[in-house]
Amino acid sequence: MRLFLLRRSLGLVANLFVISVIVFVTMNVLPGDPAATVLGIDASEEAIEALRVELGLDRPAWQRYGDWVTGLFRGDFGQSYFFRVPVAELIVERLPLTLSLAVLGMALTVLAGILLGVVAAARHGRSGDWLIMLFSQIGIAIPAFWLSILLVLIFAVWLRWLPPGGFPGWDEPRLALQSLILPATALALVQSAVLARVTRSSALEVMGQDYIRTARAKGLSHGRVLRAHVLPNALIPVITIVGLQVGSVVTGTIVIENVFYLPGLGRLIFQSIANRDLFVVQGLVLFFATVVVTANFLVDVAYVIIDPRLEDRLE
Amino acid sequence: MRGLPIGLALGALLVGLLGVTGLLSLVWTPHDPAAIDVALRFRDPSADHPLGTDQLGRDMLSRLMAASVNTLVVAFLAVAAGGLIGVALGLMASALGGWAEALVMRACDLGFAFPAILLAVMLSTAFGPSLGNTILAIAFINVPVFARVTRGAANQIWARDFVTAARALGLSGAEITWRHILPNIAPLLIVQATIEFAVAILAEAALSYLGLGAQPPTPSWGRMLSEAQTLMFLAPDLAILPGLCIFLAVLGFGLLGDGLRDLTDPRLVRARVNA
Repeated sequence: MRLFLLRRSLGLVANLFVISVIVFVTMNVLPGDPAATVLGIDASEEAIEALRVELGLDRPAWQRYGDWVTGLFRGDFGQSYFFRVPVAELIVERLPLTLSLAVLGMALTVLAGILLGVVAAARHGRSGDWLIMLFSQIGIAIPAFWLSILLVLIFAVWLRWLPPGGFPGWDEPRLALQSLILPATALALVQSAVLARVTRSSALEVMGQDYIRTARAKGLSHGRVLRAHVLPNALIPVITIVGLQVGSVVTGTIVIENVFYLPGLGRLIFQSIANRDLFVVQGLVLFFATVVVTANFLVDVAYVIIDPRLEDRLE
Repeated sequence: MRGLPIGLALGALLVGLLGVTGLLSLVWTPHDPAAIDVALRFRDPSADHPLGTDQLGRDMLSRLMAASVNTLVVAFLAVAAGGLIGVALGLMASALGGWAEALVMRACDLGFAFPAILLAVMLSTAFGPSLGNTILAIAFINVPVFARVTRGAANQIWARDFVTAARALGLSGAEITWRHILPNIAPLLIVQATIEFAVAILAEAALSYLGLGAQPPTPSWGRMLSEAQTLMFLAPDLAILPGLCIFLAVLGFGLLGDGLRDLTDPRLVRARVNA
């Protein structure tokens, strides 16, 4: 177990290193001159030269990479060219909103996904099962941003129950929460459709096992068998999917924030593309990629803690 | 939803419809999809404009038809390019084994750290937004998917007796891969490609919606949605139709892929025989 953890941790560090190189090379080295990228095609030679010196771009790429990475360890993501403030400051300012959205979306996903999956399995072959699987099929195929637009149409434009977008800030907790309901629902609906499917097939597989028949035979009620025997065993594969979904939900916020005009990290990425704010985009891409690989790492670890037999298979 | 595959039939129908629409729009659309006539804007459906007109008076049906070509071409190029590289890597990893296999698999793990949206964001910042970048980003995320599936399936074939026999006959790894491994895993790869087609359509739509994909005047369902969103109070139907097209296209390829998988999965065949 300890060896497994050590090897996985080393793997995580190696992954993060390679990711940082890929991000740096794609955005700093491949396009040629970052100063020209930042200033755009209309910029004069002198302006580009001046910015190159200001940003320290006259030094070789490997040195700039070294500075960037050592800066990251100190929490220094570099300077935003457009906002003229440290990138870290921009991230800290917008992180709470993105985090709340992701947590809310994830909570809804897990609740709805597992509940629907278990109900579908318990009603296997009956109309409830059929309806839930229909919902799942639709949820998997529906684009999250279109679902968002439909939700806005229904609940903001026609019914006027919830705001169509924007964020009032946390000073008004009620309004803030209200403006997160539709975005979190849009995030969660698609993911819970996937999760419901996985939970259902996992539960069905467990229900076919001999020990479930034994539990029934000794006189346990249907509900009790479901709670005490089916659910704990069925949830093991579900955990993997939930872990992978953390990555999907967090990167999903990028799209959803732009649909609902929420001033979080995802919106910042797109503003920064428009502003050609290279270092902000670079920092944010690294941030999101780090969240995804770390989530995957934690899934592997959680998996082995729950079921130590899997250690050999994962190695 | 069980028994005779309704899903498969529905999927094939939707995909066929999409293909026919795409081909038809290359030679004929009711109106010129790019023809602007401001006097005709926001028209309700009529005999002349079956789905009405948009904010610039362009015929909605013609635009939706023209956009289907864009969707199909992007998805095809991305899945084909990513699939070819991924399959080649997977076959190589499986044939060589050892450190080469480990290296390819570690690289795949890494590939999963970059969702299409992050790649498209990076490429758009560095080189400016374009449809080419979108195709590149979606192709890239397909590489690890295909490499993993190919390697897993190929390893199973390598363990079969007839491969051992081929080896004993003195065939090289490359020859065995080409003559025995690839033909045996081809059905699986076709199923995977169908499912990835659905994923690619979804990704293209999202990236175009965000302004990273198709640039005007190329008609694209994703772009049409982002333009319609600002007009939601005025003309809600403009925000419904393109999304419905994306949904049906993704649903079609998804159902077709799932249906084909059920048909080709030997475990399910056995279950059906036993039942």
